[in-house]
Amino acid sequence: MSELRLVPKRVDEIAPRLSSASPAARAWRRFRANKLAMVGLCLVVLLVLFCLVGPLVWRTDQIHTNIYSDLMAPPGTPGHPLGTDDLGYDVLGRLMKGGQTSLIVGLLAGLLATLIGTIWGSVAGYVGGVVDTIMMRIVDAGIALPATFLLLILSAITRPSLPLMIVVIGLVSWLVPARLIRAESISVKQRDYVQALRAVGGSHTRAVARHIIPNTVGTMIVNATFQVADAILLVAYISYLGMGIQAPATDWGAMLTKGITYTYQGAWWLIFPAGLLIVITVCAFNFVGDGLRDMFDVKGREA
Amino acid sequence: MPAAPAAKAGPRRPFRTTFWWYLIKRLGQAVLVIVIVTIIVFWLLHLAMPDGPGAGVLGMQADQAQIDRWNQDHGFDLPLWHQYLNYLVQVSHGDFGQSFKQASTVGALIALRLPKTLLLAGICIVIALAVALPMGIFQATRRGKVADYVLTWLNFLVYSTPSFFLGLIVIIVFSQKLGWLPATAPSGNPTVLALLEQPRVMVLPVITGTLGTIATFSRYMRSATIDNLSEDYVRTARSKGTSRARVITRHVVRNSLTPVIAMLGYYLPVMFGGMLVVESLFNYPGMGLLFWRSAQQGDYPVLLGCILVIALATVVGSLLADLIQAGLDPRTRGSLE
Repeated sequence: MSELRLVPKRVDEIAPRLSSASPAARAWRRFRANKLAMVGLCLVVLLVLFCLVGPLVWRTDQIHTNIYSDLMAPPGTPGHPLGTDDLGYDVLGRLMKGGQTSLIVGLLAGLLATLIGTIWGSVAGYVGGVVDTIMMRIVDAGIALPATFLLLILSAITRPSLPLMIVVIGLVSWLVPARLIRAESISVKQRDYVQALRAVGGSHTRAVARHIIPNTVGTMIVNATFQVADAILLVAYISYLGMGIQAPATDWGAMLTKGITYTYQGAWWLIFPAGLLIVITVCAFNFVGDGLRDMFDVKGREA
Repeated sequence: MPAAPAAKAGPRRPFRTTFWWYLIKRLGQAVLVIVIVTIIVFWLLHLAMPDGPGAGVLGMQADQAQIDRWNQDHGFDLPLWHQYLNYLVQVSHGDFGQSFKQASTVGALIALRLPKTLLLAGICIVIALAVALPMGIFQATRRGKVADYVLTWLNFLVYSTPSFFLGLIVIIVFSQKLGWLPATAPSGNPTVLALLEQPRVMVLPVITGTLGTIATFSRYMRSATIDNLSEDYVRTARSKGTSRARVITRHVVRNSLTPVIAMLGYYLPVMFGGMLVVESLFNYPGMGLLFWRSAQQGDYPVLLGCILVIALATVVGSLLADLIQAGLDPRTRGSLE
């Protein structure tokens, strides 16, 4: 440490890696370095293939119940590798179909929550003052109401449907992202370039749309991933609470809930495949979120 | 008032940085949140029963004219803002209305069930913290090592499991396969004491409710401890010759605990939400089960009474948590925006 350098180091001496790759390539490398995140990403890809491409390969009738076919056939029955359920549906094919609902609702609801949260949080943080106070107390009030209780009330008031599930999950889960984005936008607001934009007469809309929101994009993407994970869990809870979509459509949560009825008959194939797929999917999205957090976190870039 | 605002010049701290100013501001926030909560609950009530609760109160035998008259007599034809004010007055007297399906007031039903939910939730939280806090510290001090990875994995796994699936696995293993413990609570409406007399009934619900809480809080504790380990005071204490173990037990743990305590207040609604699932799965006679049954019967006054009680408990809980934190750690007083 005693060495005194008179000639400053050149930038590429200090950070040779920075000059050699584009920002996207560097971000991708940081993501790849996180093994858990890569495992998560591979799992997500496999799950999507399983649910969307799977039914094209493994063709089953998931609409008509057939009382003459095998009911509650155990796994290994010819033609039904994972058995059949109490209505004679092939469980493997049903997992694919149910997965479509879980993934699509989870994805869209997670994105909706992030969208609402981002707009709410960035406006509250940017405007500040009384508007901020009231907007954030609304968030506090929302957080004080337990999500599962709200879902159950809404299921008592309304009739379940796919778009409704997306909207309802979105509406109960935008609160945490709103808090995160608000904190972020308060810190961005005070930076010089936003102050400069305002000084030369740039509009508030421009400041929020062109600077605040783009600068919170890292937080947004990381949070969106976790939101999707939580939303997939909530889809399962909704079915458990009895608000799931109507048969013959299904999702993993509904399959699992139905399996509970047959616990004491030893019909494990109605419980564990669906349950494990939920756990794996939620884990996978959480892993990816963790990796993205490493990727976007400026402090962690050297690591 | 212990601190008069800037009346005397001199060493006295400005009023805006004192605990009392923080207390006033934080109380004001809590009141505002409670008002917003009542608006949301009132709106949900209105959504569920646009014409008033007459049809539900009078039951199947009543004809439309009787229902309309009841709704008029009880002020449900007034403008919405007036109805809301009536509702506020009613709620502030502790009156949550009358159950549609059971011959009892909502208040009495909740008073009967709430202690049992608090008992279950309380046991779960205590056990979960007793496990999660040491686990988080342990992981933080072994960050990046095998033990940390294994525990992080396990926490991820539990966190990603729907609690009703977790409960189901617990039932299959301990009740169905091993036959050690009963999978359902006693039927009927046992008192808190009766529940305490048969601890075996409580074991499986407690395990189910505890696991998810452990996963959540060990994550908080781990990251809070990691943050504190990189602080200057740790390096200073270490460079003055304090042993690593002593720095952790004496300084780091104390400083890491405050944010975790603050989280407890905000965790209340999550905890109650979890109890809803646990109670319905094990048929445990608490508020969650009451809520579950009421939802199936469309007993809206009970539903919204429960939600209101939980929301109020959360607002008060997070208020207390914040005040404790502000009392312990003056740095957090300024963070209130």
